[in-house]
Amino acid sequence: MTSQQICEKIRERFGPAIREAKTEGVPNPFVSVAPENLRDISLFLRDEADLACDSLMCLSGVDSGKGMLGAVYHIASTAHRHTVTLKVQVPAEKAEIPSVADIWPAANWHEREAYDLIGITFTGHPDLRRILLPDDWPGHPLRKDFKVPEFYHGMKVPY
Amino acid sequence: MAEVLTAPLKTSTGRTIRREEMVLNMGPQHPSTHGVLRLELVVDGEIVVDVIPHIGYLHRCFEKHCEAMTNYQQVIPYCDRMDYVAAIHMEWSYVLAVEKLLGIQVPERVEYIRVIFAELQRIASHLIAAGTYGLDIGAFTPFLYMFRERERILDLFEMTCGARLLYNYFWIGGLSHDLPPGFIDKAKAFCSYFRPKIKEYNDLLSYNEIFVKRTANVGVLPGDVAIAYGATGPMLRGSGVNWDLRRDDPYSVYNKFQWEVAVGKGEVGTVGDCWDRYMVRIREMEQSITIIEQALAGMPEGDVASAIPKRIRPNPGDVYVRTEAARGEIGFYVVSDGSATPYRIKARSPSFVNLSALPEICRGAMIADVVAIAGSTDIVLGEVDR
Repeated sequence: MTSQQICEKIRERFGPAIREAKTEGVPNPFVSVAPENLRDISLFLRDEADLACDSLMCLSGVDSGKGMLGAVYHIASTAHRHTVTLKVQVPAEKAEIPSVADIWPAANWHEREAYDLIGITFTGHPDLRRILLPDDWPGHPLRKDFKVPEFYHGMKVPY
Repeated sequence: MAEVLTAPLKTSTGRTIRREEMVLNMGPQHPSTHGVLRLELVVDGEIVVDVIPHIGYLHRCFEKHCEAMTNYQQVIPYCDRMDYVAAIHMEWSYVLAVEKLLGIQVPERVEYIRVIFAELQRIASHLIAAGTYGLDIGAFTPFLYMFRERERILDLFEMTCGARLLYNYFWIGGLSHDLPPGFIDKAKAFCSYFRPKIKEYNDLLSYNEIFVKRTANVGVLPGDVAIAYGATGPMLRGSGVNWDLRRDDPYSVYNKFQWEVAVGKGEVGTVGDCWDRYMVRIREMEQSITIIEQALAGMPEGDVASAIPKRIRPNPGDVYVRTEAARGEIGFYVVSDGSATPYRIKARSPSFVNLSALPEICRGAMIADVVAIAGSTDIVLGEVDR
């Protein structure tokens, strides 16, 4: 299916949940959805026979600026060989997105990484711990307003 | 796979033995972890109940560094240092992502040269994977044989771009150097030299009785579980899933060549066991040689620097590009805000995702098999931790 058709299918089922969709004229077509509908749309993408998106390729956290954080889901179907990109935006002061780790187990570590580096809390995640940084690291370094601490455990941080 | 016993154990004199789970740390400095990886094993006697991988020991803030660069070209050497034994695949994926953002079409000669080096790199990387895997299991000699051949590949890299490991050879829109004189002949000579070596590896290692006993039916990963965990590359194909991005989401000029995707068939054990994952790599080397020979024969003329842009300022937008690296799908998610500095770069590294499936494979295995399983996933920690 083309991204246009996939977008239409999602729109048919979840009309108002779609906040923005760009399927033409961009290098990577995407559908931007409301966080509260993310899980339903994910299940729909995975379980609908002609979508069959069984693989979550990538999940990236992004600091979109203007006090918003985002998560970008790159999803693919091995059977139909099409891809879908979902985007979710949440305000930085209440950065909570429902976890999809039970829908695609691949999301487990990706969500931990996004939590670690960007500071998005994935609600319902089975084991939301830091993954790359030490457990007691202050803050989330990939936020644009992150200030590198001068010392960590009494050691000078060279950056 | 061993069963977890639940009945109380008794000694010969009838005394009940206290049973409890134990936590065992493997790594971060353990020869079989191929780098700094710590596996927290929860064991019941010899049987592994759960595995909790702890990563991040090699975290070098790749993504944070990218945001501090003054142009997109400067990111390439950092990509090299992610998967340092298959650096070309890392830079290729990144370069493709930025080219897609910019809308650049590179000359055909560049595509052909890129394919040749990517496949040479795949062989070099699989040689390390198979060689060190033999080492993990206890076979020392094949490792030396494989490194001997790998040296010849690195010689080809060195004569082209001056580096043997971290190349900075693929540039956005082209290449840093054209092929040096005599390269084509040397590469052809390598192909005919290397083909018979694969039989040698099979005789020495692949069908070796001890090696088969250690790897067949061990660490079975079913195909559907592999897809759900996002496993890619030889790990996914070892599980019998016929999926290769070079064929299924074609990029560059791969669709011009005739070759086959190697898939695990459970030849000596079960589909998706350690032996299958190992054997997929050996078969892929043969296919890579086939691709290289075709690319060498069809090499077009052209200028490899003609499409390199003078200034790189992509329009605001984002792109996700995935390619088939030696260890699986390497994806780059690049966000541009219209300036010369990348706004956000996220690398989806194959080893990171493949490693997340390790607990699933290890549950119920014996402790000694964890070494065989971890080795068969062929992770590179530089790329897991970035």
